Amino acid sequence: MCFNICTYGGENAMMVGYLEKIGRSVLGFFESFGAVMMLIYETICQFKHPPNIKHIIVQMAHLGVDSLPIVTLTILFTGMVITLQTAHEFIKYGAQSTVGGIVAISMGRELAPVLTGVVAAGRVGAAITAEISTMKVTEQIDALKVMATNPVGYLVVPRLIACMIMLPLLVVFADVIGTFGGYLVAVFYSGINSVTYMQSINNFMVVHDVTGGVIKAVFFGAIIAIIGCYQGLNARNGAVGVGKATTGSVVSSIIIIFILNCFLSLILYR
Amino acid sequence: MIKLVNVHMEFKKEKILKNINLEVKKGEVLAVIGASGSGKSTLLRLMIGLLRPTSGEIWVAGNEISKLREDQLDKIRLRMGMVFQYSALFDSMSVGDNVAFGLREHTKLSQSEINIKVKEKLKLVDLEGYEQHLPNELSGGMKKRVSLARAIAFEPNIILYDEPSAGLDPIMTAKIDSLIVNMQKVLGVTSVVVTHHMESAFAIADRIAMIHEGKITQIGSVEDIKNSNNPVVQDFINGSKGMTKEVHR
Repeated sequence: MCFNICTYGGENAMMVGYLEKIGRSVLGFFESFGAVMMLIYETICQFKHPPNIKHIIVQMAHLGVDSLPIVTLTILFTGMVITLQTAHEFIKYGAQSTVGGIVAISMGRELAPVLTGVVAAGRVGAAITAEISTMKVTEQIDALKVMATNPVGYLVVPRLIACMIMLPLLVVFADVIGTFGGYLVAVFYSGINSVTYMQSINNFMVVHDVTGGVIKAVFFGAIIAIIGCYQGLNARNGAVGVGKATTGSVVSSIIIIFILNCFLSLILYR
Repeated sequence: MIKLVNVHMEFKKEKILKNINLEVKKGEVLAVIGASGSGKSTLLRLMIGLLRPTSGEIWVAGNEISKLREDQLDKIRLRMGMVFQYSALFDSMSVGDNVAFGLREHTKLSQSEINIKVKEKLKLVDLEGYEQHLPNELSGGMKKRVSLARAIAFEPNIILYDEPSAGLDPIMTAKIDSLIVNMQKVLGVTSVVVTHHMESAFAIADRIAMIHEGKITQIGSVEDIKNSNNPVVQDFINGSKGMTKEVHR
């Protein structure tokens, strides 16, 4: 009897422990969600002051231009692999005249924006968080406040604008590079005529395939900047905190990009 | 100039400051002493609005700042400067850009006018010619002095110092102390210096306030503190000497 009671008591305690854990996670999620919303609101409020153009240009160069090599590598090889996989099957059914279009559309609609977003989250988001969190733990953010400078206006606004401008530009660039990667494999490996490949793009692709991806990129850029800044501004506990914030920023941004991409695709390509 | 009325401060239900009543008079140097974790730095952060009190009022230059919005607070902060414990220099900027930061953000001065002001402030802290250096190329004492030059660049009425001599050798400590006194003499600023370095406190302060376990145990002139009958104050003053003797034995 005692054994049963003890066992049930143990099970109850375990259950309470699990429920507490779930409760804490749910509360933590909503707390972070609320804090990110507050940061977005504060950032929007800061737009009443004219943003510092010089800061924005510096961030555009740092966050956008410096990302070109990694975006080029990622998208070029993705374009090549996509063509490698599709061309072989399509040629079997005599549908080689659709390969160029398929590659270009998949690049424009999904692959270029999502992969550029993921690469930027890893490179740009991490850089933003590492910089801001280091400033946080070394009291530089407090120094900004003491000098009557709003950290959101000074740090978040230029990064947000830079990301929202540069990510779409990177996506347009990625569209071209990815389609070119597909062209290389289609023409030099799969034996598809180059005119057929280009004609296929011309036949199947519409402007909205590119603009939809560019619209997605604007949102992804905003997500990367806001999450990166949020994690940075809330870092604590020295070097460990900087590492934790940076990892958190990259992981959260990538997850949100994938989820948001699904909804944006549903809205943009109904 | 600064007045704290019945100020309480709690972090996660832990009481850091309990019923603090304190007045800093115009043009004086007030040293706040106390052991680590006694709430000295929290007090300083409350005075410049980096923290908001759980309850009580904080008056700075006639304004109650504890309930002000950040943009309203910024107007008051322009009349204040702060030297941080670890200097808090912007490490991506040169020394010159650090000192010029406030001037660039809040004034319409031309670059040449800013350069003149930067030179002038760096000269005041004996760092003339260091404009192009990066903070990581400087020693701890030099960083503190750049931090002081940055704090005075906007010619504030109040300067707050958080442990200005922490981690410095005795010669550099004396140099920083003389700079603090100099700021009061040359610029006429009101200073609040948080320190646990008793010799510094005695050398620079007009008055000293002792914080112990979140409360002000005693406040008075240097002589009042030196001759205090309060055992907590005497323990703190003599503590370091006693410990040194113990170690040497």
